[in-house]
Amino acid sequence: MFDNLTQRLGKVVKNLRGQGRLTEENIQDALREVRVALLEADVALPVVKDFIAKVREKALGTEVLQSLTPGQMLIGVVHKELAALMGEHAVPLSFASQPPAVILMAGLQGAGKTTTCGKLVRVIRQQGKKKILTVSCDVYRPAAIEQLKTVTAQAEADFFPSEPNQKPEDIARAALDYAKRHFHDVLIVDTAGRLHIDEAMMAEIKALHAALQPVETLFVVDAMQGQDAVNTARAFNDALPLTGVVLTKLDGDARGGAALSVRHITGKPIKFAGVGEKLGGIEVFHPERMASRILGMGDVLSLIEEAQQAVDHQEALKTVQKLKSGKGFDLEDFKSQIQQMKKLGGLSSLVDKLPGAGGKMGADDLAQGEKQMRRVEGIINSMTPEERRKPELLKASRKRRIATGAGVSVQEVNRLLTQFEQARKMMKSLGKGGLSKMMRGMKGMLPGM
Amino acid sequence: MFGFFKSSKEPPPATDQAEAQAAPAPEQAKTGWAERLKVGLSKTRKVLNTPVGDLFRRHAHIDEDVYEELETILLTADVGVDATQYLLDALRRKVKQDKLTETGQLRDTLRAILLELLAPLERPLDIDTARPFVIMLAGVNGAGKTTTIGKLAKRFQGEGKHVLLAAGDTFRAAAREQLAVWGERNNVEVIGGQGEGTGGDPAAVIYDAIHSARARGIDVVLADTAGRLPTQMHLMDEIRKVKRVIQKADPAGPQEVLLVLDANTGQNALAQIKAFDEAIGVTGLVLTKLDGTAKGGVIAALAHRHAPSRPPVPVRFIGVGEGLDDLQPFRAAEFVDALFGE
Ligand SMILES: Nc1nc2c(ncn2[C@@H]2O[C@H](COP(=O)(O)OP(=O)(O)OP(=O)(O)O)[C@@H](O)[C@H]2O)c(=O)[nH]1
Ligand SMILES: Nc1nc2c(ncn2[C@@H]2O[C@H](COP(=O)(O)OP(=O)(O)OP(=O)(O)O)[C@@H](O)[C@H]2O)c(=O)[nH]1
Ligand SMILES: [Mg+2]
Ligand SMILES: [Mg+2]
Repeated sequence: MFDNLTQRLGKVVKNLRGQGRLTEENIQDALREVRVALLEADVALPVVKDFIAKVREKALGTEVLQSLTPGQMLIGVVHKELAALMGEHAVPLSFASQPPAVILMAGLQGAGKTTTCGKLVRVIRQQGKKKILTVSCDVYRPAAIEQLKTVTAQAEADFFPSEPNQKPEDIARAALDYAKRHFHDVLIVDTAGRLHIDEAMMAEIKALHAALQPVETLFVVDAMQGQDAVNTARAFNDALPLTGVVLTKLDGDARGGAALSVRHITGKPIKFAGVGEKLGGIEVFHPERMASRILGMGDVLSLIEEAQQAVDHQEALKTVQKLKSGKGFDLEDFKSQIQQMKKLGGLSSLVDKLPGAGGKMGADDLAQGEKQMRRVEGIINSMTPEERRKPELLKASRKRRIATGAGVSVQEVNRLLTQFEQARKMMKSLGKGGLSKMMRGMKGMLPGM
Repeated sequence: MFGFFKSSKEPPPATDQAEAQAAPAPEQAKTGWAERLKVGLSKTRKVLNTPVGDLFRRHAHIDEDVYEELETILLTADVGVDATQYLLDALRRKVKQDKLTETGQLRDTLRAILLELLAPLERPLDIDTARPFVIMLAGVNGAGKTTTIGKLAKRFQGEGKHVLLAAGDTFRAAAREQLAVWGERNNVEVIGGQGEGTGGDPAAVIYDAIHSARARGIDVVLADTAGRLPTQMHLMDEIRKVKRVIQKADPAGPQEVLLVLDANTGQNALAQIKAFDEAIGVTGLVLTKLDGTAKGGVIAALAHRHAPSRPPVPVRFIGVGEGLDDLQPFRAAEFVDALFGE
């Protein structure tokens, strides 16, 4: 929908080229683009202003020293500043307390607190803490307690029951007492969503904090939040000694400028990112990825990292071996690549991470692309193993048979073979250019990209 | 747009859970809309340090500072870069044309320009055009769909209508139980509200509800759906299917497709409207959570950015709290006045 910053700066940088040096005026133009891009990414205006001022200062200061082109220099400064603002690296949960380590959740209505409770159970268990108890102090929202109960059962932790007619503080004390007596390592306390201007509700959560003395007080923020993120973050941060932030719904297409706003206001680390409704939908937060996402610059690094995790290593090794030994890349490999792409979260998640691709592709193109991927798979499935190994066997009658089998037209089979040829060429460059080049090349294989 | 009444949380009822859930929510204070706006606004004042009223008091004459502060106010209300630019350009033109010099005049002018932009969004929902009148609610996760259904049920019942709810969120934990509570509070039946746990076909539940409504002479069917992000392709396919199945039960239905937007949402709201519109043809919006300090200014961006071939999707209602009565029809003038009201 919006031009991403790379595209925006691309224009400005072109204008700057050949001028040799950044003038105050040139920086002005480029910085205006940065400002607009950040605002469109929903970074709050006061934060944008601070940020721009910092970048201006840095850019002017390094001008004479650097031997880069002005454009490179500016993009470099912007990205570095933003990454620094987001935090240097991922910060883990703290359990430094007498057990039970209490985790208190706080945030606006519908931000994702209850769901995150369930997700945290999983995360904590992976970190070796075995006995986890959850409790809901949300006596307001209909079926909120029931929701946490269900989520807790799914995550296979212990649940401390509560009732809507109880006082939240009483519930919290009882749960803490129970956790102590039953030697729970961790107690996760869910709370009702509340507005930061609701004095009674803010007083309530302060009281909960005082009663529980949590080691972690996590502020849950919706990645789609707009300008008001600064106001809510400031109020929650003033009311509670927050220890961290969870940024939810990052699986959407919001640029997530709220992350920067919240970070700027609270100074607290964003510890986790919610990336789905299911319990597995949580990731350790990567500040530099987020910086790239806000800027719309893509993130090849994280793509490679994920690829390394998700892709079947044996499979990948086989392909590499094959390439090295000079043997051809065949349709079987092509299919397994498509399957690996699926493991990476499908096209949409892949494209998100490709620099420059995000801006050009709408949801429609992606839907189209994913459909196309399924069809391609269907076509290859209709081939015999021999045909997959030797695509040159595919003459008219075989193509007709395959088309019928896959429920597509012969033209589509032909198109696939053309795409496969392109991919084969691309694979040859794998040894030279690495995975990122391959992924970039993949864009070309699908329609509308 | 600029701060609304905050209704206090309902106190926890002193009964056991089942009874508590059956008990209707306590009546909200019977303040009028204008009253609510004023209360909300004074609260907003404390939070925002540059309210428009102050701005006009501080600057007697129109200068660049005034424009910049107006820009700040619009941008921080989530109006977005384009729509803000558009509003300020229109304002500058008018100032030049009418040779205005005083900030007081500027304010009336900006109010008029904003109102002109937002007026097309005010098109109240008429539910008397079909029986049953089927309303399908959709939106991203946590926007306020289920709560809005509870409030709408109350409202329509108040207009003497018979209402039926359909628990089309078969996915999220305790989503059906949540809707069932709203059903009990309103004393209306919920189809599919009993199912244990998650799973089940949302389209089938809503299909059943429409048939049941027809058999019983129900006036309005309110169909809940699971929250979903437009990037979740399979879920967008699912909601397309829900609409197709509704059309099987009623070729003229759904009579209204409401997209529920959280006023806290930034510019992503535009992408949400576009994606849901493409999938299921959005006919109206509900803007929730306006009782906070979020301004919901993104609807100005919506009004500015709609396709020229048809009017912008109207905002049918606004949500101003978590209680049964915290729903108001959208009024463009009140929305604008909330910004400039003293
Ligand atoms: N896609 C996606 N959905 C999420 C994520 N986290 C939460 N959700 C969904 O967001 C909605 C709200 O989540 P809840 O956990 O109920 O939010 P909450 O903060 O507990 O809400 P209240 O208790 O009403 O304040 C639900 O539909 C969740 O499934 C996420 O990371 N991605
Ligand atoms: N303050 C305030 N809170 C609201 C309003 N509308 C809904 N909420 C709250 O927002 C949270 C989410 O509301 P739901 O109705 O569950 O949202 P939903 O869209 O059905 O959520 P999912 O089904 O999980 O996608 C709940 O805590 C509601 O009480 C409103 O107008 N003002
Ligand atoms: Mg909750
Ligand atoms: Mg719901």
